[in-house]
Amino acid sequence: MAEPFIRLRNVSKHYAGVTALNNVDFTIDQGEIHCLAGENGSGKSTMIKIISGIVPPDPGSTIEIEGQPVHHHHAIDAIDKGIQVIYQDLSLFPNLTVAENIALGQMVAGHVRLVDWKELRRVAEAAMARINVRLPLDSAVGEISIADQQLVAICRALTRGVKLLIMDEPTASLTKKEVDSLLAVVQDMKSKGIATMFVSHKLDEVLAVADRVSVIRDGQMVGVYNGSELNDETLTMLMTGRKVEYSRFVPQADMTAGPVLECRNISRQSEYEDISFCLRPGEILGLTGLLGSGRTELALSLFGVSQPDRGEIRVEGQPVKINSVQDAARLGIGYVPENRLTQGLINVQPVSSNLIVTTLQKLVNRFRLFDQAKVKSAISRWVSELAIKIPSTESPVQTLSGGNQQRVVLAKWIATDPKVLILDGPTIGIDVAAKHSIHEIIRDLANKGIAILLISEEVPEVYNNCNRVLVMHKGRIVQEFNTGACTPEDIQLCISSRN
Amino acid sequence: MLRRFSHLFVLFAVMLVVVIILWSLTGTDFMNLGNLQSMAYQMPELGILSLAMMITMLTAGINLSIIATANLAGIVMALILTNESMLASLGDVGTMMVAIIAGLIVAGLVGILNGFLISRLDMSPILATLGTSILLGGVSIVLTQGYVISGFSPVMLSVGSGRVLGVPVPLIIFLAAAGVMGLILNNTPLGTRIYLIGSNPVATFFSGVNNRSVLMRTYIISGILSGVAAVVMISRFNSAKADYGESYLLLTVLASVLGGVSAAGGFGRVSGLVLSLVILQMISSGLNLMGVSNFLTLALWGVVLIVVMVIKYVIENKVQLRRRAA
Amino acid sequence: MKTLLRRHEAYVLLIIIVVSIIITAVNPSFFSLENLFDLLKSMSLMGVFAIGMLFVLISGGIDLSFTAIATVSGYAVALALLRYGDSLNIFVIFLLAGAIGILLGAFNAAIIYFFRIPSIITTIATSNVFYGILTVLSEGKWLYGFPTWFGDFANIRLFTLYSPAGNPYGLSIVTVIWLALVLLAWFILRYTVLGRSIYAMGGSPSSAERAGFNLLRLNLFVYAFIGLMAGFGSVIQALLVQTVAPNSLVGKEMDVIAAVVLGGASLAGGTGSIMGTVLGVALITLLGNGLTLMHVPSQWYDVVIGLVILVSVGVSAYRMRKNIQRRVITETA
Repeated sequence: MAEPFIRLRNVSKHYAGVTALNNVDFTIDQGEIHCLAGENGSGKSTMIKIISGIVPPDPGSTIEIEGQPVHHHHAIDAIDKGIQVIYQDLSLFPNLTVAENIALGQMVAGHVRLVDWKELRRVAEAAMARINVRLPLDSAVGEISIADQQLVAICRALTRGVKLLIMDEPTASLTKKEVDSLLAVVQDMKSKGIATMFVSHKLDEVLAVADRVSVIRDGQMVGVYNGSELNDETLTMLMTGRKVEYSRFVPQADMTAGPVLECRNISRQSEYEDISFCLRPGEILGLTGLLGSGRTELALSLFGVSQPDRGEIRVEGQPVKINSVQDAARLGIGYVPENRLTQGLINVQPVSSNLIVTTLQKLVNRFRLFDQAKVKSAISRWVSELAIKIPSTESPVQTLSGGNQQRVVLAKWIATDPKVLILDGPTIGIDVAAKHSIHEIIRDLANKGIAILLISEEVPEVYNNCNRVLVMHKGRIVQEFNTGACTPEDIQLCISSRN
Repeated sequence: MLRRFSHLFVLFAVMLVVVIILWSLTGTDFMNLGNLQSMAYQMPELGILSLAMMITMLTAGINLSIIATANLAGIVMALILTNESMLASLGDVGTMMVAIIAGLIVAGLVGILNGFLISRLDMSPILATLGTSILLGGVSIVLTQGYVISGFSPVMLSVGSGRVLGVPVPLIIFLAAAGVMGLILNNTPLGTRIYLIGSNPVATFFSGVNNRSVLMRTYIISGILSGVAAVVMISRFNSAKADYGESYLLLTVLASVLGGVSAAGGFGRVSGLVLSLVILQMISSGLNLMGVSNFLTLALWGVVLIVVMVIKYVIENKVQLRRRAA
Repeated sequence: MKTLLRRHEAYVLLIIIVVSIIITAVNPSFFSLENLFDLLKSMSLMGVFAIGMLFVLISGGIDLSFTAIATVSGYAVALALLRYGDSLNIFVIFLLAGAIGILLGAFNAAIIYFFRIPSIITTIATSNVFYGILTVLSEGKWLYGFPTWFGDFANIRLFTLYSPAGNPYGLSIVTVIWLALVLLAWFILRYTVLGRSIYAMGGSPSSAERAGFNLLRLNLFVYAFIGLMAGFGSVIQALLVQTVAPNSLVGKEMDVIAAVVLGGASLAGGTGSIMGTVLGVALITLLGNGLTLMHVPSQWYDVVIGLVILVSVGVSAYRMRKNIQRRVITETA
């Protein structure tokens, strides 16, 4: 048995009394594809930081790389020893060319002073050749696709003699096809003896190629498994420590009622094509499909961020033009965006302002000044109605947990008394218990007669909450399911068979 | 809540220390009535300009054209105020009203221009306001041929030097401006939106806030406040010129930052700004009494601005460390 | 990105040509070799400052204190000339001015880097510190009466031609110094790892940090470099007018930033080129020169410059806007 590439023994990390990691043992073999799975806050990122030398572990922890104990493990040492991290944001330079992005880091590290452009291209080409990819060397990185950017980041790591490549949530923003080619690259690297560590919070395609999967929970290593012995359910159970019972909910909408929102053959160049559907009060309509299928683009058009080139949108039977977000809000359409932290919330500002931002206009007296009594009662109403747990309404939103943050986003739209609520990935990055309660809130809203468009790439989520599910692929709605007459597998099959 | 309170508290403490130090350095004549009076006359124009700067900083912008706006508005007012036929037909008071209204309209138009460049064309606030400040400076020179316009009616001068119930008129104007601004920021939807946009314009956009209209209004308010400052300025100097008050730019940024306005946008209160202005004015008067030259005072302001920013950085770092630990 | 930049430079060149044609139409004496060399000479001062500003803007910062730095170094140079006059030579003068510039620039960099204070606030503050202290110490006095060799140096021409009226003209040494600095800057930005790192840092500071770039070193270099250019600029100013006054450069920072931004640099950092900067300086200088030749009163100068800046920067911002909006939405989505 060969020596593992890296071995962590009894590694702990405490931040001012908070245990981030507790006596973790962990190994990655040479050339292994290893997946580290865990929920948000489980200690995954602390693991990355310790392995890549960004933070030191507590005294008493030991780290061995290729059999040699490592004592002063700084970021630069980690790189020298062949450990590279590709973060979710990829950390590239959008204004520089592909070639420069690949080769510049190596030059800086090698204390090279002058740029030999031929040599630079040669280095970049050599790196690309090692993983059999072709990228336009002279294009600015900001102008190529995310998937290609990821390959640039991998090539860059290759130029630094990488032996262990850590990738943080690498598939989060890739389409299925792109994921497949990424996995091909990773397997190619494996054949060259380069280990890869995927860090993920959900079961995905990555598991299929992983040699081993380590599951971490609350700073403790739960266990190490073979990729093949895990499935969706067991992994979730391992990550969360509890068995998840999906309860089914079928919205009781009156399907004979007039639709509150209706799309008639709307299209938008290179985003979505010929979309038609109706949404009735009290209905939860699921919209699923892979990344890049056009689901978010469609939602943005319904919310007035972009406008369809052709077709007609009707609200309560009347044809409407939604030219701005304000128009959408006026028509009673709310939108909970996919990216909570950048689009949904004003992180550094207090919960109170975040809650009332959509309804400021309603909280004024006849002098157009705030009626403080109205403001206070609005804030406390939504805090209690959605059971948002906060020390004070003046705490910055960023101090809240993911589930509570999402409640704030939901609350600010519920406060507008919407007719239609578009929820784009409402439970992304939220732990299982909180997810459950968010679903409860959504069901409750439907019961109150709000029409809900639930966009999610998680089939169980749409299946268990919606009465109908639309599947999008390449900008078109390819099938409509009635959840009463199908199984989640049918929907999954429809999505994956398209590729 | 706590943070806001503690910042005001720190400012109060600083103010007390400053008073005690200046008292002991300058002898008894620091806190006498005359000196207090002169401070009350000097502070308002800087104060109003600082309000104009502050509101743009809250949206994570900046307005480098406030001085140029004030000078142009002042020149327009001065041209009307010294217009013989206008004086003959409208009288002193009538002319003054027309002049002030015209000046404020000009200042408001500059605000619209800045707002247009920033909110419609997405120019960076630094570049847009730098550009307008060059343009306005040019227009002012064209209008005045580089000369001073002076000689206003006694009514106009009384705005700069008069008193109502013993309180200097400029101070009343400043307090009124600060009050209105406080009301806008704390008690209107616009104010809340200004703070929120300063912290995350993408999230406000997705919350149905019309970012463009908020930014437009922000720069219009900033422009009009510059115009109000011009009223005080020209009536105090009894003249208008293309390049008055250039050193104020630094001071407005300093006053805002010292008053708790975050350079990254989203935070800062009028109360903090008022306190910081009082502190700055006391230091300035104290230095003046001690015979320190104006230019040295200017250098000192630069040092103070850096020191204040450094202290803020250190404190915020500590808070962040503590938060990360928790 | 690159093609976009090149396109931008082509635009500026086109505007320069159009403006030249208009000026020539009004006053044919514009279109002469003599005026061209004159223009090149009068571009030099702004051109040197602009090189420094380009570096700072590429790195993602801004520096409003370089005129104050130039004032300080210019004053120091003038004092040295008056005191030690004949025992000095032009290299010592440049060395002295450059050293002072580097020192003050490094001071800016240290504050910006260590305390994360926005560069605009830092340099507004330090410009007042530098300028205030200098004015106190100098008591606002003008310095003149420099040694004759200093005046002679300013009049050196690489070659001399004579106009029909018999006036000598030619490529001034001042222009040569500027062009040499342009070449140096071009080389640094294009062919050194340092130069590419400055672009990288401007494009994404957080990526630069993670990639192990020494941000302190980069910031020090960038701000010291604009300090150096400010120092050299002060010598050029002294050569051109043979007088040093504490207030002669203040206010020039606006024009310089305008020129560099006209040349395609962005305040967001990461973009900008030497070619564009030279063209931007040329355009601004041309406008000034043209207004004079067209007998437009000099008071209109700032109005025209202001309009040109607002229109050109406004148009390019507007063209970028749609791209950026799309990017914000898709990237964060």
